[in-house]
Amino acid sequence: MTPAVRYVLRLADTNLVLAQRLGEWVGHAPALEEDLGIANLALDLLGQARLLLAHAGRLEGAGRGEDELAYLREESEYFNLTLVEQPNGDFGGTIVRQFLFDAWQLGLYEALAESRDAALAAIAAKGLKEAAYHLRYSGGWLVRLGDGTPESHARVERALGVLWPFTNELFVDDETDRAVAEAGIGVLPSSLQAAWSARVDETLARAMLARPAAAHYVWYGKQGRHSEHLGYLLAEMQSLHRAHPGAAW
Amino acid sequence: MSESQKDWPLYEIFIRAKSGLDHKHVGSLHATDARMALEHARDLYTRRQEGVSIWAVRSADIVASDPAESDAFFEPARDKVYRHPTFYDIPDEVKTL
Repeated sequence: MTPAVRYVLRLADTNLVLAQRLGEWVGHAPALEEDLGIANLALDLLGQARLLLAHAGRLEGAGRGEDELAYLREESEYFNLTLVEQPNGDFGGTIVRQFLFDAWQLGLYEALAESRDAALAAIAAKGLKEAAYHLRYSGGWLVRLGDGTPESHARVERALGVLWPFTNELFVDDETDRAVAEAGIGVLPSSLQAAWSARVDETLARAMLARPAAAHYVWYGKQGRHSEHLGYLLAEMQSLHRAHPGAAW
Repeated sequence: MSESQKDWPLYEIFIRAKSGLDHKHVGSLHATDARMALEHARDLYTRRQEGVSIWAVRSADIVASDPAESDAFFEPARDKVYRHPTFYDIPDEVKTL
């Protein structure tokens, strides 16, 4: 697998897994309006994932389309960031995960819109507007909950502590990252850290939340080594296609 | 917390379909604050490109006429047909007016 294919799959899988997680809220969100709001986030991310998967399939040139890539790969062949496979927790936990992710994705798409890979640049340019709205949504909720009641503050504070260690992986460069950055196709993860930190700190301050201490352990979901949660998510997501190959609406 | 505080306030939503048109009432939704009302309106009422602008107004802030008073309000206009501009002869040459 070339670095370019692997890189695009990382982006695609990160979006796909988060879309699946957010989809779990449908029918269960605290208000009908939030149900639709979260479903909207999920659909935006899923739309980007489909474009990215199809692009990865074309780059690979082995005849795999978006469905084969989404439904017929094992856990260790998924290259999503470990952060996005973490369980939803309560609504506050979902908002914290979304906020940490959105602040990262916005910076990523800003840089990726300049990619030498025209298809990837176009996907990023389209996703940029969606990511900007997502950050507005999740950031708004984080401030509302962090600066809300003692109960809501305690819940998002707890979630922030649990999820913070997973953010290390967002900014670690490996061979794949360096290869695609050198080719002008991809963005070096470490180059996104300063802008992300500034965005996150600004909103955390307004949400009356302290930035957690740096953790040192790094996850490597993007290399296919996942936390215990991804397998269950994939089992649910892939069961229908595996039971009825080629099933369509 | 009392029941009334638990329920999010109701907002009325108005959408402008495109530049130059009026904002039209499209429905209502619940939100804790003005920012959330706009975000919910965007997600609920513009997801199929229905609009280019959103107004949100707290329902409680709308002053409405009382249906029980509709006779006193609207009946007197009913027999004043001369207020409609229907008594002019329009020359045939005028195609549109």
